[in-house]
Amino acid sequence: MNSAEPVERGFWNDTGTTGISSWIFSSDHKRIGLLYFYSTFGFFLVGVVLGLLLRIELMAPGRTIMGPQTYNALFTVHGVVMIFLFIIPGFQGSFGNLVMPIQIGARDVAFPRLNLFSWWLYMAGAVIILTSLVTGGGPPDTGWTFYVPFSARTGTNVSLAVFGVFIIGFSSILTGLNFVTTIHRLRAPGMSWDRLSLYVWSLYATAWVQILATPILAITLVLVMAERMLGTGLFDPAKGGDPLMYQHLFWIYSHPAVYIMILPAMGVVSDIIPVFSRKPIFGYKFIAFSSLAIAAFGSLVWGHHMFTSGMSDRAVMVFSFLTFIVAIPSAIKVFNWVSTLYKGSISLEAPMLFALSFIILFSIGGLSGLILGAAATDIHVHDTQFVVGHFHYVIFGGAGFAFFAAMHYWLPKFYGRRYAEKPAVMAWTLMFIGFNVMYFTMQVLGMRGMPRRYYDYLPEFARLNLVATIGSWILATGLIIMVVNLFRGLWWGPPFSGNPWGGATLEWSTPTPPPTENFLEEPTVTHGPYDFSALEREVIKTGEETA
Amino acid sequence: MSDGTPHHILGYNTLIKVWLALLLLTALTVWVAHLNLAIGHVWGSLAIACLKSGLVIAFFMHMRYEGRLLRWLLFLTLTTLAIYIGLTFFDVLYR
Repeated sequence: MNSAEPVERGFWNDTGTTGISSWIFSSDHKRIGLLYFYSTFGFFLVGVVLGLLLRIELMAPGRTIMGPQTYNALFTVHGVVMIFLFIIPGFQGSFGNLVMPIQIGARDVAFPRLNLFSWWLYMAGAVIILTSLVTGGGPPDTGWTFYVPFSARTGTNVSLAVFGVFIIGFSSILTGLNFVTTIHRLRAPGMSWDRLSLYVWSLYATAWVQILATPILAITLVLVMAERMLGTGLFDPAKGGDPLMYQHLFWIYSHPAVYIMILPAMGVVSDIIPVFSRKPIFGYKFIAFSSLAIAAFGSLVWGHHMFTSGMSDRAVMVFSFLTFIVAIPSAIKVFNWVSTLYKGSISLEAPMLFALSFIILFSIGGLSGLILGAAATDIHVHDTQFVVGHFHYVIFGGAGFAFFAAMHYWLPKFYGRRYAEKPAVMAWTLMFIGFNVMYFTMQVLGMRGMPRRYYDYLPEFARLNLVATIGSWILATGLIIMVVNLFRGLWWGPPFSGNPWGGATLEWSTPTPPPTENFLEEPTVTHGPYDFSALEREVIKTGEETA
Repeated sequence: MSDGTPHHILGYNTLIKVWLALLLLTALTVWVAHLNLAIGHVWGSLAIACLKSGLVIAFFMHMRYEGRLLRWLLFLTLTTLAIYIGLTFFDVLYR
């Protein structure tokens, strides 16, 4: 087949309106999913550019391309954009919306208009955050954590930025409510809980974290605004307040937020690995319940961000212990993925390569997390480049690479066209090498004592910083190849139809791209999401009927 | 949503009784504040606040007439909040 051949258009054709209004006012979960995808991925690319600029500044000691104030503003905006505008809303909003309703056999989410409202809230919050960069006292320079007392005193535009994040928080809560309701209420006949895909399980666990933890971020940000505008003294010891209370409140949300970022990524990997290993997933129930366990225990470990902040020693011990507990369900997942691969008929196509690199990079990030979770070693590496390296291993190497895996695995399904395989593999290779060159070096720098959030450093760190910056260029080159190849393929590439990956989850039983209400007739589910033998039986049956 | 349970409409009598109970409990909060109870102030005020929020949730938010699923979900939410507060105060207690 070639690109000149017409492809089925599915939900792309079927709309009462045309042009941009058919998108921004659509309540179809697939259109909203694509709105989220392009918005969040667009912000990701902005964040990448900011990150590259930060690395260029650190390429050599002293001032390279910017001064300290600009550097402070850039790493703050990089963090805010990547976390609040890309990776937190990214998975749930884009691939959650695109795939989840189809995987459970529903025609849409439970509250389609609320779903659209969530995207509008997200965009409103994003516009407010962007406005904060160019108005008032200029871009916030507090870091994405907005720690008091600095965030209460700085003359930069912190109030508007936290208000933007506050609005985005509501978008996240509404998406969580929508997903929990959808998964409880709209499953197709036969879609029992033990037939849900592991991606849906991960979205379900994530949605609960969104519902339970996000309101605490919202109230915390309101308190920061009150502190700045009214001088309430909530976090000021001189007025009877407690600065540590801010850190508690912030991390009560922001640590579980890490699981909002990583849980759906684990779900994607759990869906992709069996398909490209041609084997049912190993330990389905363990993986499903480990998602819930990560969501539950991950909500109790926020104090490990505060080991050096003056928290009580007893609390340090309790939070350190709880942090180690979270490693158990995470390790259960990794062992089950590896067991699924064992003796599988492994096909190393682009989605699988990204999924496999997730396992490696997430494991490195997770193990370095234990160094930070143990109070004694944390005191040595706290606030160093080691933390930056660890965080990026988990969130970029983990969630980011899984996001790319999902892009290669699912986007062709919704476009009806596919990308070229060789450039995709080349892009992955460059990204994997560049990623490790950059972030592993940063972990070494941190171990040697280079602090984070400084635009300058001692001369002995120069060589490794140069290596890390070169790594960022290799990574960026791979990223450019991936983006060009993927989107050129999706818009102009050869047709993609049927079930070329051989997936057994429900989205592969619909036409490609799916019609507006997903299924031509309501599906009845008769087998589990990774039962490939059932899929083969169906193919044989269809073949016999045709003959 | 009521998990299959039909919608329950509360009469004005019940609503007014609950409202009066809330007013009474507010007065009780003020009265407790004037007593010399040392640390008992905090526990007393928290107990009254819990009772008040319980009345609001049970009657004004209709949780008393909802199905088991929603009650469990509410329990999960409140337990989570209690754990958050408990762990935070654990730090403050031993600091």
